[in-house]
Amino acid sequence: MKIGVVTFPGTLDDRDAQRAVRIAGGEVVKLWHADANLHSVDAVILPGGFSFGDYLRCGAIAAQAPVMESIIDAANGGLPVLGICNGFQVLVESHLLPGGLIRNEHQHFICRDQKLIVENVDTAWTNGFKLGQEITIPLKNGEGGYIADDETLRRLEGDGLIAFRYSEVNPNGSVNNIAGLRNARGNVVGLMPHPEHAVEPGFGPDTPLAMRSGIDGLTFFTSVLNQVVNS
Amino acid sequence: MVKQVSTVDTTNNAKKTPDKEQPWRELGLKQEEYDRIKLILDRRPTSAELAMYSVMWSEHCSYKSSKIYLRQFGEKVTDEMKKNLMVGMGENAGVVDIGEGWAVTFKVESHNHPSYIEPFQGAATGVGGIVRDILTMGARPIAVMDQLRFGAVANPDTARVVNGVVSGISFYGNCLGLPNIGGETVFDKVYQGNPLVNALSVGALRHEDLKLAKASNPGDLVILFGARTGADGIGGVSVLASETFDADGPSRRPAVQVGDPFAEKVLIECCLELYAAKVVAGIQDLGGAGLSCATSELASNGRAGMRVQLQEVLLRDESLTPEEILMSESQERMMAIVPKKDLKAFTAIVNKYEVEFSVLGEVIREPRLYINWGKEEIVNVPPRSVAHDGPVYERPVAYPAWLDNLNNNSVNHAQLRRATNPSKLAEQLIQIVSSPNQASKSWITDQYDHYVGGNTALAMPDDSGMVRVSEETGLGVAIATDANGRYCQLDPYNGAKLALAESYRNVASSGAVPMAVTNCLNFGSPENPEVMWQFKQATAGLADGCLELGIPVTGGNVSFYNQTGDVAIYPTPVVGVLGVIDDVARRIPSGWQDAGNNIYLLGITRDELDGSVWSEVIHDHLGGKPPVVDLAAEKALAELLQGASLQGLLASTHDLSEGGLAQTLVESTLRFGMGARVWLNEITERDQVDLTAALFSESTARVIVSVGREDDVKFVGLCEARGIPVLRIGVTDASGQLEIQDLATWSIEEIKSSHSATIPELFG
Repeated sequence: MKIGVVTFPGTLDDRDAQRAVRIAGGEVVKLWHADANLHSVDAVILPGGFSFGDYLRCGAIAAQAPVMESIIDAANGGLPVLGICNGFQVLVESHLLPGGLIRNEHQHFICRDQKLIVENVDTAWTNGFKLGQEITIPLKNGEGGYIADDETLRRLEGDGLIAFRYSEVNPNGSVNNIAGLRNARGNVVGLMPHPEHAVEPGFGPDTPLAMRSGIDGLTFFTSVLNQVVNS
Repeated sequence: MVKQVSTVDTTNNAKKTPDKEQPWRELGLKQEEYDRIKLILDRRPTSAELAMYSVMWSEHCSYKSSKIYLRQFGEKVTDEMKKNLMVGMGENAGVVDIGEGWAVTFKVESHNHPSYIEPFQGAATGVGGIVRDILTMGARPIAVMDQLRFGAVANPDTARVVNGVVSGISFYGNCLGLPNIGGETVFDKVYQGNPLVNALSVGALRHEDLKLAKASNPGDLVILFGARTGADGIGGVSVLASETFDADGPSRRPAVQVGDPFAEKVLIECCLELYAAKVVAGIQDLGGAGLSCATSELASNGRAGMRVQLQEVLLRDESLTPEEILMSESQERMMAIVPKKDLKAFTAIVNKYEVEFSVLGEVIREPRLYINWGKEEIVNVPPRSVAHDGPVYERPVAYPAWLDNLNNNSVNHAQLRRATNPSKLAEQLIQIVSSPNQASKSWITDQYDHYVGGNTALAMPDDSGMVRVSEETGLGVAIATDANGRYCQLDPYNGAKLALAESYRNVASSGAVPMAVTNCLNFGSPENPEVMWQFKQATAGLADGCLELGIPVTGGNVSFYNQTGDVAIYPTPVVGVLGVIDDVARRIPSGWQDAGNNIYLLGITRDELDGSVWSEVIHDHLGGKPPVVDLAAEKALAELLQGASLQGLLASTHDLSEGGLAQTLVESTLRFGMGARVWLNEITERDQVDLTAALFSESTARVIVSVGREDDVKFVGLCEARGIPVLRIGVTDASGQLEIQDLATWSIEEIKSSHSATIPELFG
């Protein structure tokens, strides 16, 4: 199973996403922003960071990169795409997912172990979770406040397109506690928290059992591998 | 593109006009320094040369006041200490062999003055600068830490500086993708007009990838790449600019640099790819003193020379003068020495990253630095005279007139009231753990990304930060830093040793083996003999301490002139210790994790409250002598912790330092929300101390550990065999409470809210 991980200038978590794919049992293909060729990957991850310095608007410049043209086409054709943090912002700027992400309500960058509720398991990236499951995934962003107009929100809620909601604490002022979204087809998922930082015992969030032992994020990557195998 | 500038001061012009008035004094040079430049050149310097010498001979770049003391870090060492040192002091950063073919490089540096003027950019570019130092050694930067000292929390200006500095570090560090794994934050009125912003970075490299800042092969190209050169960070050179140009020319330039972390991130990846392609023969970052420093140091280190065409420098502002170009401290720039045959490969890589570059000139055999502006020669100097043979001063030292009085005014002499009733002591405990310096700093550290990279094994609030270096074996490094200005004010010699001892203990507490030391020596004006005495004492203390512990100083930084008017800051030598751990999976948490574990106190508690947090928070007092340093005991303790950790006996370890046992108990319970029942009577009986000392004394060489019951006998046996004083003082439990018997019982929630509310209330 080949999973492409895109690197834009200013991408930071690409090596983490690559590691997550390897731990889940997938084969990593590094994709470069300036190269439109997707090298026949079975899925794509847009990792976190500050692509193009987050100048203009987070994700806005990256959304125009040559690799994104191919990714948008492929996503519309059903290729599984996961956008993490800055990658979620790129998906929104590419109109693969609706709404927008703005500066955190409290104006500060925040890094914390965040509890999420899995709201939808009918996607390429969440099929390994149980509906309503509470998971802990590190969150780190300065511009993670999700917004959308009322009509879009109604549609997202009505059509079951909310993939994750923040639990206990809303860390950035996102409307309806929205942490992540899916598209109607379920192949595209975007979220602000970082599942690739919760895949390896010793380097993830704390759990009641042991320090830094949380690996709830691994299910994102095993989900897509299972989906690709089954399809 | 060749510009026509007629007013440029050439070397010929300098010969013809020997008596021209030059603004050497305004540039910070002394009469004898100016005379010395004339002697070296056998003529007056051109304005460009004067600019170069003035910045390179500044205290910041030349270490002219500190050099004679820094030498002892290289002298007070044994062969054993040098064994793992691949690069020692004097390079951009020291490099230590950590085994398995891996090496690490680490260093801490100050950015104090810019951070007071413009806290956000000052702190941001401080991070950027230290990261480029690490990158320059051929290493991939893998983590950062910050050591911050701010003014009193009650002063309205403190919030401005705190918010600016923290957002600056958050902005720059987070955008670089380097985990921030720890640091220090201290508030004290002595830092009001002169906050300290120190930044540490650590990087990892394979042995064969080591790079040095030298240009030694004639014919190699001198290439400047990265951001364009602008008018930022020029500072004093504006004097020259206004000298050289009329009123229409460039005038006052901002002295604080402006950082672009995105450009630096791209530069990091670009440099690492250049290194991997082996197309770089030498590399130097551009930081303080900009091109003046990079050209002269590269040539001087390589025992060669250089011919440079200054008009080839890519500019952000076409109106810059040659002097300003030489001095500019624009960020995110690097200078590479590239063999001609590799230019094509070099170009392909920098183009891939869309990084701009220009070839400025080439390396020559003759040890001379020639810089031209178009056809005119504006610099013709021996590079060594600029970079390495600057003035060296043995400044006057004087024992501070006020020190005896301060030392005599101990806690006992001042008869500070000690509480005896339990409720009063309990109240003091809460007062201490919620005081600004002892309270949780998570409001600050939560603004830093500590996950990126996926290798963070420990980060704040644990005793040290730890990152994995090898994903194959788990080999990793731990780093802790410490400085206690109050102790150093009382006794700079032992104060520096105490900082070393605490960093060493913190690293050992994480399960790592301490290996190397870096420092950032923050002091007042070297022209004040009392400050110079403090500096002399602190450096001697640190060098002696390192020799005793058997770990070498690999590099560091000196920051003088930290004062407001005549009032200097407390001497604040920040000491960083780096340790190695064969597998980060073996690291020890700082907090209690499991119920039913025994809690042991290792080490002896003495009545040592002079200079303590208790004396500060409860009595607003500073006097007496700091706690006794016993480095032999520290070493024995560290070895015990390593032995016990290798056998898997330790469920947690937390060192005792500022705030004493009280602080450590609170932090141990809050780390994972595990409760405990603790008793103090055996401490007071065995060590013959009262309850105030048992709770708040800052005696050194102490830690508390928690040990599973099944390992009890083995652990206590190990302590006794090694002669480490050991006392069972409590048991962890799932009660959701911290109970100190005969004193008080708190719910964990209650303590947590006292400990964590302070900082957000002040600055949030």
